[in-house]
Amino acid sequence: MMQARWLILLAAAWLGGCATQAPPYDYTAFKRARPASMLVLPPINDSPDVQATPGVWAHATRPLAEAGYYVLPVALVDETFRQNGVTVAHDAQELPYAKLREYFGADAAVYLRVKSYGSSYTVLASEVRVAVEARIVDLRSGDLLWQGSAMASSAEQQQQAQGGLIGLLIAAAVKQVMNNATDAALTYAVLANQRALGAPRYNGVLPGPRSPQAGQVAAAP
Amino acid sequence: MGLLMHARTPVRCALAAAGIALFAGCAQKPVSLYMWEDFPRQQYDTLLHAGVGPQEQIRAMEAHAEKARGTGAALPPGFRAHLGMLQLDAGNVDRARELWLAEKTTFPESAQYMDRLLKRLEAPAKAGQATKTEKST
Repeated sequence: MMQARWLILLAAAWLGGCATQAPPYDYTAFKRARPASMLVLPPINDSPDVQATPGVWAHATRPLAEAGYYVLPVALVDETFRQNGVTVAHDAQELPYAKLREYFGADAAVYLRVKSYGSSYTVLASEVRVAVEARIVDLRSGDLLWQGSAMASSAEQQQQAQGGLIGLLIAAAVKQVMNNATDAALTYAVLANQRALGAPRYNGVLPGPRSPQAGQVAAAP
Repeated sequence: MGLLMHARTPVRCALAAAGIALFAGCAQKPVSLYMWEDFPRQQYDTLLHAGVGPQEQIRAMEAHAEKARGTGAALPPGFRAHLGMLQLDAGNVDRARELWLAEKTTFPESAQYMDRLLKRLEAPAKAGQATKTEKST
């Protein structure tokens, strides 16, 4: 009896946590392009927090690299842009594909937009939220390979903690990240980036050539 | 009380197992391809020109590289290139060259960009790096 109740609760947590069933992404262009290297451009910031661009930019590398791509080092890319007079994210994202390809030699570029960053965004004073939109464009053909978005918020952690197990798991993951990053927004930047760009994820970025799961489409949850 | 605890143990086991299954199902996080340590944070600090200074970051990253060598773990993409940039800013041109060449060898995908940086290193008269180098020595 007790066990059954737990199972129902678990199933609810599982459904609530994972299964937002969207139609499967069309990976035709992505599979044809087979990019090996990614240039993450400085993210455009729509939030009032000036740390959003470096916060999201610095943490986009890990999920993409773990997804099997070579990711150009963002701080070095930043210096290269500055030496060439490009100091604003918007300007960097406006540069012609051919020019980026010629200079950096990357197969694809990652265009990020920070929709919200930190606690200033919401009515709930206690909520820390980071939301990002991402596009991956092939620099050789100009084709859009993938686009998606993700959000991470302190509110979901509080909600889900009441939901039981999965809340505890998320709380644990956040706590782990907190050990390295003191800035609360940064913690959610890490999570949002992971959710937006990590692979394999349903409708997410395809795993790249350095991943053991290279090119495999993740199944629906 | 003791009996109650005993009765609940299988439920806990089932929960733990379900937890692992859930984690695997949602996050699908197998073994890391790379040893990251504080590299993302270091890139953030460099972008912001905040946090620990370049010298301290160089020390931390050289120690990280040493640790990776010791355990046979792979350093992340861009790690050597980033460290090379810090070394160049600190005036260590030879170490910078070595690191950028190592980035290229480890990740051939970086060749075009690394070659561009290396070329600038060989023509110091033209690049701003030369003055930077002289200043810090």
